[in-house]
Amino acid sequence: MPRILNHAPWLVLAVLGAFALGTVALARGETINALWLVVAAVCTYLVSYRYYSLFIATRVMRLDPARPTPAMRHNDGLDYVPTNQYVLFGHHFAAIAGAGPLVGPVLAAQMGYLPGMLWILAGVVVAGAVQDFMILFISMRRDGRSLGELIKAELGDIPGVIALFGTFMIMVIILAVLALVVVKALTNSPWGFFTVAATVPIALFMGVYMRFLRPGRIGEISIIGFFLLIAAILLGGQVAQSETLAPMFTLTGVQITWILIGYGFVASVLPVWLLLAPRDYLSTFLKVGTIVMLALCILLVAPPMKMPSVTRFVDGTGPVWSGSLFPFLFITIACGAVSGFHALISSGTTPKMVENELHTRFIGYGGMLTESFVAIMALVAASCIEPGIYFAMNSPPALLGTTAESAAQVINNWGFVITPEMITQTAQDVGEVSILSRAGGAPTLAVGMAQIFSELFGGKAMMAFWYHFAILFEALFILTAVDAGTRAGRFMLQDLLGVFFKPLQRTASWAGNLIATGLCVAAWGYILYQGVIDPLGGINTFWPLFGISNQMLAGIALILATVVLFRMKRERYAWVTMVPAAWLLICTLTAGVQKVFHSNPAIGFLAHAERFSTAANEGRLLAPATSMEQMRQVIFNDYLDAALASLFVLVVLAVLVFGILSCLKALRSDRPTTREIPTGGATARAGD
Amino acid sequence: MSGLKSNLSRFRGYFEQTAKLMIGVPDYDTYLEHMRTRHPDQPAMTYTEFLDNRLQARYGAGKAGCC
Repeated sequence: MPRILNHAPWLVLAVLGAFALGTVALARGETINALWLVVAAVCTYLVSYRYYSLFIATRVMRLDPARPTPAMRHNDGLDYVPTNQYVLFGHHFAAIAGAGPLVGPVLAAQMGYLPGMLWILAGVVVAGAVQDFMILFISMRRDGRSLGELIKAELGDIPGVIALFGTFMIMVIILAVLALVVVKALTNSPWGFFTVAATVPIALFMGVYMRFLRPGRIGEISIIGFFLLIAAILLGGQVAQSETLAPMFTLTGVQITWILIGYGFVASVLPVWLLLAPRDYLSTFLKVGTIVMLALCILLVAPPMKMPSVTRFVDGTGPVWSGSLFPFLFITIACGAVSGFHALISSGTTPKMVENELHTRFIGYGGMLTESFVAIMALVAASCIEPGIYFAMNSPPALLGTTAESAAQVINNWGFVITPEMITQTAQDVGEVSILSRAGGAPTLAVGMAQIFSELFGGKAMMAFWYHFAILFEALFILTAVDAGTRAGRFMLQDLLGVFFKPLQRTASWAGNLIATGLCVAAWGYILYQGVIDPLGGINTFWPLFGISNQMLAGIALILATVVLFRMKRERYAWVTMVPAAWLLICTLTAGVQKVFHSNPAIGFLAHAERFSTAANEGRLLAPATSMEQMRQVIFNDYLDAALASLFVLVVLAVLVFGILSCLKALRSDRPTTREIPTGGATARAGD
Repeated sequence: MSGLKSNLSRFRGYFEQTAKLMIGVPDYDTYLEHMRTRHPDQPAMTYTEFLDNRLQARYGAGKAGCC
């Protein structure tokens, strides 16, 4: 009887969650409050954490609190430090939370909030949190080794190299897409551009302060930096109003692209203490602080959801991104549901600091649930603004035209009521000249956040401030990711190139350093440039490519986890990782093949190339090309994108084959064949 | 009252530790304690050296960013 009573509160939570979910799902026509989504999500998280993660911890992994962790074995006070689980949770969460959970759900809102919400909840419980938890566990049991090393050790050398190469490609795409989000937000926005540009001198000042004036005072300088940021936002408002200064900071997308490319190059060869580290401090604290603030504000404001729960665009004709609900919704929302990038973090610094094996459940599974909640908040922020405004901000100029009148007319034809005045009024409210075609998620989210924040603080008069605060918050951590990523890519590339030409490998050599940095910046810069000049908005093309590559990495991580379970002779529980791996492979392979071969030029790269080739042969020009030279460029890029998508498909298929072979081999063995660190005493590697 | 006070200062300690670890800086006191008990024969790094060491560890070896 007491055992049943133990479950009673959870039963109440489950019923409450089911009721909230039902309310959200069955609402047709009438507006529902965002709190229903929050309640449904939180109940889902709590119940799945209590039951499913416990099942994984005790049955599948058999976590052992007595077993020494890498932090215990190698305690050095630096990399390997046994750390309090709440402290480590904060570290892990700050590392996994980024632009992904904020952008994906905003883009997915074009189908209504219901499909996105269902995928975020189902995805995180069954796939995302399981992946993060499993990889953390696997890495922890192997001295905190990285994903690449784990794949090498468990699947073999060849899949290890393939996976590393895939990771590098994913990073190039992620950097390009993130930079594209920034470009879209700052184009023709003197306020936004000034504020974001001001972060560079602010960071330099912080770097110098910390190095020479008052070394080591991180907290102090972070607070000073924060107030300088606020000052930069306020000053940006003045700049935007000034007749002499505003034109100096009003830049086109292409200009900002070149600035970003130059910036990325310089920032990643400067010493880290000067620019990267101080900006990382600011962006990390601002990111976590803003996320907490957004959660509180959503609870207090309880905004109504204005976006329909399901829109007509589930049929795949949406203006924000092309492709039908299956498979494209499942790659549009990556982080928040499941993200392969987390496998890199879960096999990074976190496993080296776990104090007790049991803590991995809270840090791995719980951390990902928290990230998923960030995605739900982004979905709420995007859905509580007028749908007409949402589509005005996210549809490409090729569809909307460039005036508020033409945009309003097109959007009204789609069935969303909007007047040109509403569009210009919104732009005025947030202190911008135009809000049209600012795809990429950040500006939409900023409008949503500005609406929610200004209800509590400052009313309409403060909306422009909050809008630029939100833009700054996103641009800041995206730019940090861009230069940290370029730096990381440079080391990877120097390693790869060093195989052929030894001197390049020396990371201290200036020539090798500059060449590798240049190549890395050129790679993402090229993709970024193509995205910026694309009349369909770039995000249209590249977000799916990012989604595919990121989800494929998750698929690879889950294949690794499956192989490990087989090698531990726990194959009866392998469905825990096989089911999400199978679903991810089905989604990403379908999406990958469709991106290459789909007959609709809006979806398939080859069909798009075909359309341009035909036109070129007839001597016609198609937008965005203004010359035959550019027509050929578009066609070349289509083939390049098709090749990239095919490459991802091949990478994941190769890992799948190696994974199956490893599983079969493990099945034939009559004892465990994994190589874990010892259980504490003198026990050697099992079966080795 | 003193219980509440010590709870508060403990909470503050955790808060500070969490914020620092978020930017890749582990607890310096823990490091000193470790050096004192395990390697009493070796000199420990000063706080600024320690910060610099962690900075290189975070960005030097090529850690990937977030998603």
